Amino acid sequence: MNFRSAYEIRDRYLRKDMLPTIFCPGCGIGSVLQFTLRAIDDLKLNQDEIVWVSGIGCSSRVPGFVNFDGLHTTHGRALAFATGIKMVNPDLKIIAFMGDGDAAAIGGNHFIHAIRRNLDVTVILINNFTYGMTGGQVAPTTLKGLRGTTAPYGQFENPFDIAELAVASGANYVARWTVFNYIQGINSIKKALQKEGFTLVEFLSPCPVSFGRRNRMKTAPEILKWYQKITVPINRARKMSQEELEGKVVIGEFVDRDRPGLVRAYREYVERAKRIAGW
Amino acid sequence: MRYPFVTGGSDFIQGDEAIARAAIMAGCRFYAGYPITPASEIFEAMALYLPLVDGVSIQMEDEIGSIAAIIGASWAGAKAMTATSGPGFSLMQENLGYAVMTETPIVVVNMQRGGPSTGQPTLPAQGDMMQAIWGTHGDHMLIVLVPSTVQEAFDFTVRAFNLAEKYRTPVVVLGDAEIAHMRERVNIPKPEEIKVVNRKLPRTPEEERMPFGDPDGDGVPPMPIFGRGYRTYVTGLTHDESGHPKTVDREIHERLIKRIFRKILDNKADIISYHEYELEDAEVAIVATGIVSRSAMRAVKMLRERGVKVGLLKLDTIWPFDFDMIKKLAERVHRIYVPEMNLGQLYHLVKEGAEGLAEVTLIDKIGGEVHTPGEIVKRIERGERR
Amino acid sequence: MRKEVLFSGFGGQGVILASVILGRAAAVYEGYYAVQTQSYGPESRGGASRAEVVISDEPVDYPKALSPDYAVFFSQEAYTKYVHEVREGAIVIVEKDLVPHRDPEVENRLRVYEYPLTELAEQTTGLSLTMNILTLGILVGLTRVVSRESIEKAVRDSVPGGTEEVNLKALKKGFELADSVADSAS
Repeated sequence: MNFRSAYEIRDRYLRKDMLPTIFCPGCGIGSVLQFTLRAIDDLKLNQDEIVWVSGIGCSSRVPGFVNFDGLHTTHGRALAFATGIKMVNPDLKIIAFMGDGDAAAIGGNHFIHAIRRNLDVTVILINNFTYGMTGGQVAPTTLKGLRGTTAPYGQFENPFDIAELAVASGANYVARWTVFNYIQGINSIKKALQKEGFTLVEFLSPCPVSFGRRNRMKTAPEILKWYQKITVPINRARKMSQEELEGKVVIGEFVDRDRPGLVRAYREYVERAKRIAGW
Repeated sequence: MRYPFVTGGSDFIQGDEAIARAAIMAGCRFYAGYPITPASEIFEAMALYLPLVDGVSIQMEDEIGSIAAIIGASWAGAKAMTATSGPGFSLMQENLGYAVMTETPIVVVNMQRGGPSTGQPTLPAQGDMMQAIWGTHGDHMLIVLVPSTVQEAFDFTVRAFNLAEKYRTPVVVLGDAEIAHMRERVNIPKPEEIKVVNRKLPRTPEEERMPFGDPDGDGVPPMPIFGRGYRTYVTGLTHDESGHPKTVDREIHERLIKRIFRKILDNKADIISYHEYELEDAEVAIVATGIVSRSAMRAVKMLRERGVKVGLLKLDTIWPFDFDMIKKLAERVHRIYVPEMNLGQLYHLVKEGAEGLAEVTLIDKIGGEVHTPGEIVKRIERGERR
Repeated sequence: MRKEVLFSGFGGQGVILASVILGRAAAVYEGYYAVQTQSYGPESRGGASRAEVVISDEPVDYPKALSPDYAVFFSQEAYTKYVHEVREGAIVIVEKDLVPHRDPEVENRLRVYEYPLTELAEQTTGLSLTMNILTLGILVGLTRVVSRESIEKAVRDSVPGGTEEVNLKALKKGFELADSVADSAS
């Protein structure tokens, strides 16, 4: 890996006129952004052939800070917008920067269908277990018992496991890390960016202001320590029982496969159409 | 360019099919949709033809995704369309506003059926006129065209793409279930006979940096295309000329939204089209749009035979609306009748335009049948006997 | 010139296809303005199926039939429901085996031609479902609303690939039946 300084990464890839970012002290989004930019830098990808797409939420503001083409869309719909971009210009690489509420609640249906189609897109998903921008409401990822302003006595619903959802829906590559696992995180993003079809790298990412404060973890380090307690590497998790995994979050690479992506499938469809129509 | 259907000749096709063919001839190469009566045939025709002209036709998971996909496609450089009916059009409203705010050229077809809710899926209505104009939230401006024949379904669809590209705006083609399924003779022009307008692209580095600027003073910014090195940031947040979000600056918000209004309203003369019939000596006028204007046309002929001096103003464009034209009409006639397949929508626009200079009378009808000419005749005869 | 044609029967008799073919012949091969509309909704499900064609030498304003000049009735339900709409002196074709209950009072002011259409189609092509095309042959033969060449071309365009000859056979049988009416009249 190429260890360029953070300043170099910043100067090369961020829009200086858009800084500072909106992110709070202790927020993990900046770290994940850096991982993503480092992956792009390491792979020497052409900045003009990447489009960043997002919906609504803190993490969705990322495309505004990076010096690439970017489409900051409506809440939950990023992947539907991305479908149009990618299918019109398959040479473009699409990075969708999403939050857990954006991807798994309001955008849940677009998310699973984009995966079912195997849309050629890399999703970088910030999972902070909360709605940070709107002030700490519970999310579809909030673990049972954790507090948010809309479940002030502790979440009573079951959470989605986004990574498992993506695997079941047919994604080509799925990995989940915490922002603490930066080497693995960068490597996973690099892998994801090079693959055909749908790829997802999910990060558990601290939100001390909206999430931590309400759950007795006022600072990022406290949240990171909590991550250490609740995360289980996937190899170990495979040997654990359902009961042992209760309340835990599995991290690691969930799947790595090579099903044909939507672009390729459509290309073949066009050939078939022309053949059948005698075109 | 070879088209997978007849060009330069007559055909006998449904309104839905005409819209699909017109879209392709206007340069549409991306369609995303979701099945819904009575617009599915548009999608089916696009699905049949687009792959043959190296375009993309894709079925999305819902109408929200459909309009999202065509907006994305437009930023990647394609002319793009989706089509739906009432329930789907309701779902599209948020992203229709996004297209207004980001000034994305797209064409959205709504073949109206009886509503609200699931309503009368197979039957025509004109109940979505106000929604087409005001459906999305916030102050906004867009263009709404209403075809009344299969030929107009074809012609207005071509026009919708051209207006969308010229003014960098979403354009709604507001048809109905009757036009959707009706088969009618339509003259498909030769490709070279069709005037096709394309969006203006940035011409200078300064314009590249200002994707929401107004270098020509016409309110229409040149549109950068993704993947061509412009590094454009597009957001539905209030933004300045460079595209940067500026969400608490009153002046920037006002400047942006007023420009979006101005680029349409300053060009009313170019955008609005209408037809007058027997209005020269008319003492009574009918103002109608869409399928009902055909009943009204026949009603005018029947009433003229009976000596009633009546004429028809048939609107092709219902938004932007030409209030001045209605005022001028109201100065000449003593009463304006507005037949429409709802309980009063166009009526309110006409009434506002008339400014009390002529009495405006609604001839409403709901339930899924187009007004018969006889119904309009009877209402006018009764009204004029008073 | 404005001619209105009403086709009616029940689902599966090819009522709509017949109307589309006639409209196509008029619009594409005769250069007329033509509009075809049909009833959807509950009416077309098992009940009466109805389609209309308006043919004109000038743009068609109101696209529906106001008082049909020609009408075809393939079922009792359609007959009972719609026969009163037909203009006085209209040419009317009735599938007589399927419309047993008739209204002589109404028919007195019409020119009614009745045939066992389904049976005739079965005898001619072996396929009862060619009945709609056979009826088109009678209709065009009797009314000359479009030319025989035009309707032939429109039939070729519109029927499923491979069934053209069978359908044209039915069409020609329709022409013959119309001719025999003309012969007996002269």
